[in-house]
Amino acid sequence: MSRILVIAEHDGSTLNASIAKTVACAAQIENAEIDVLVLADTAAPIATEAASLASVSRVLTIENAANAHSLAALLAPQIVAAAQNYTHVFGPSTTFGKDLMPRVAALLGVNQISDIMSVAGSHEFKRPIYAGNVVVTLNAPADVIVVATVRTASYKAVETGNSAPIESITVDADLPTHTRFLEAQAGSSDRPDLQTAASVVAGGRALGSVENFDLIYALADKLGAGVGATRAAVDAGYVANELQVGQTGKIIAPDLYIAIGISGAIQHVTGIKDAGTIVAINKDEEAPIFEVADIGLAGDLFTIVPELTEALG
Amino acid sequence: MDKILVGLKRVVDYNVRVRVKSDGSGVETDGVKMSINPFDEIALEEALRIKESGGANEVVVVSVGTSEAQQQLRTGLAMGADRAILIATDDAPDVLSCARALHEIVNREDPGLVIVGKQAIDDDNSQTGQMLAALWGRPQATCASKIELDGDKAIVTREVDIGIEKIEVDLPAVVTADLRLNEPRYVKLPDIMKAKKKPLDEIAFAELGVDPGPQIAHSSYEPPSERAKGVMVDDVQGLVTALKDKGLL
Repeated sequence: MSRILVIAEHDGSTLNASIAKTVACAAQIENAEIDVLVLADTAAPIATEAASLASVSRVLTIENAANAHSLAALLAPQIVAAAQNYTHVFGPSTTFGKDLMPRVAALLGVNQISDIMSVAGSHEFKRPIYAGNVVVTLNAPADVIVVATVRTASYKAVETGNSAPIESITVDADLPTHTRFLEAQAGSSDRPDLQTAASVVAGGRALGSVENFDLIYALADKLGAGVGATRAAVDAGYVANELQVGQTGKIIAPDLYIAIGISGAIQHVTGIKDAGTIVAINKDEEAPIFEVADIGLAGDLFTIVPELTEALG
Repeated sequence: MDKILVGLKRVVDYNVRVRVKSDGSGVETDGVKMSINPFDEIALEEALRIKESGGANEVVVVSVGTSEAQQQLRTGLAMGADRAILIATDDAPDVLSCARALHEIVNREDPGLVIVGKQAIDDDNSQTGQMLAALWGRPQATCASKIELDGDKAIVTREVDIGIEKIEVDLPAVVTADLRLNEPRYVKLPDIMKAKKKPLDEIAFAELGVDPGPQIAHSSYEPPSERAKGVMVDDVQGLVTALKDKGLL
C-alpha cells in the first residue's frame, strides 16, 4: 500500500485550488491512503477545506506562528519530520511547491520528480521536459520515499463533500531564523484567477502597449474570463509577471483559451496544451499558434477583437 | 562580500526544437547548438553587476558536465567572471548528485552568495538551487526579480504565482534567477580573447566523493501527443458560430 502525504498550499485562510488537483494525481496511485498536511498559523479553515476533498483519508495540521507565511526553509524540516511513515510526499508544481519540494527531497536524501503529468504505477510517472517537446517516463526506486510535484494542469480537481478527520500533530524540528517574510503584493484584479478560470483571454507582443491591452480586458470581462499574457508581453511591461503563461510562467488548462496576437512559440504553447478549446486570432496566417488552435481567425486583432467583444453583446 | 559563486549549465540552445531519438532512448543532441542555460546567464549577469558596484571582489563560475562544458565556462569568463571550475564527468549525474557536488565546491570556496538559474530549459526541473540550499543549511530565495544587498543580509524580490513577494535572508544564501532580474550583456570579441587567459580549473566529479544516492531511472522518451488539426474561420461571425457549436458561448 502507498501512503501519500500531500502538502497543502494556502494563503493563510483558504486552501489553494491546486491541492484538489494534486490529490487527484495521488488518487491515481492504486491502493493509496492520502493524507493532507496543513502547516499554518491558524489551520482550522484550511484544514476544513482539505477534509472536504474526495479521496482524502486524514488531514494533519501543524500550527505554528512561524508557518504564517510559506517559507521553504522553515516548512521543509517540519515536513521531513512529518513524512517519516509515508511512501510519497506530493506538492503542486506552483511557485510554492517548486520552491519547497526540492528542499524537502534534499533533506530526505532523495531526488525529486518535477511536474508529474501521468501516473503509470506507484513508482512510475511521466513528465514533460524541453518545454513539453518531450515526455519522459521515470521509474523511482521502490525502497525510498518519492518526493514529487504535480503538474496540476494535467488533472481535474477531485470532488468535494468528504469529511475526513482532522488531527493536530506536533513535530520535532529546528526552525531556522535566517529567512524572514517581509511582504507580498498580490496583483489587484477582480477577474477570475488565471490558474482556475474556465476561460482565459491572453495577449502577446502584438498588442503593442499597456493601453491596447484594454482590448484583452474588455473581451475577458464580457466572457467572465481570466487574463493571461506571453513572456514577451510581460517583458515589454504591458502586464504584471503573474499573468505569464508558458514554460517559465503558469501552466493552465481552461475550457476555452483565446490567444490574441500571440505567435505561438513552443515555450508559450507548452503552457496551454491541455486547454479544452484553443482559439487563435493573429495577423500572420503562418503563425505557429494556428497549428495548435482548434479555431483560427487570421486578421487584424485591432479590428477583430472589438468586433468580437461587441458580438458577444 | 568576498566571492559570488554562479552555476552554469550547458544546455540545448533555446531556439532548437529537440527531437526524440527514434529508439526512444533519449533526445537527439548530436550536432545541436549548445548554450549556457538562459537563466544561468541571468544569474551570472547579476553577480557581475554586484561585483561592478563594489558588492563583491570575485565571481567564480562552476559547471558540472563533460569537457565540452568548458565552452560555456569560457563564455562565462568572457562575460566577466574571474575564474571557472569544471566538475568533470562523462556521466549525467542527477540533480541531487549535482547539488552535492556543488555543495563540496561551496565548502571549498566559501562564497557569500550563490546564484543559479531558477530552472534549466532542458529538464525543466527547477531543483538545483533549492537542493544546494538545503544541503548547505542556508536560506534560499527562488525566482528572484531583484536582489538588494545590505551588509550581511539580502532583500530578495520574488516572482510568485500571486504576484510579488519580498523576503529577507541572512548571507550566505542561495538565490535563483528569474527572467526579469536583468538583461545579460553581450560578449565582445576582446573579452573572448581575454577570457582565454583566465583560470579554468578542472576537478574530476569522482574526486569529490559524492554519494550518488538512490537513482531514478529514465526508462523511455517520447514526443508529446499532438492536438487534432483545427479549423480556420473567415470572420468574427464564423468564430462566434464555431464557439456556440462547441457549447462555449
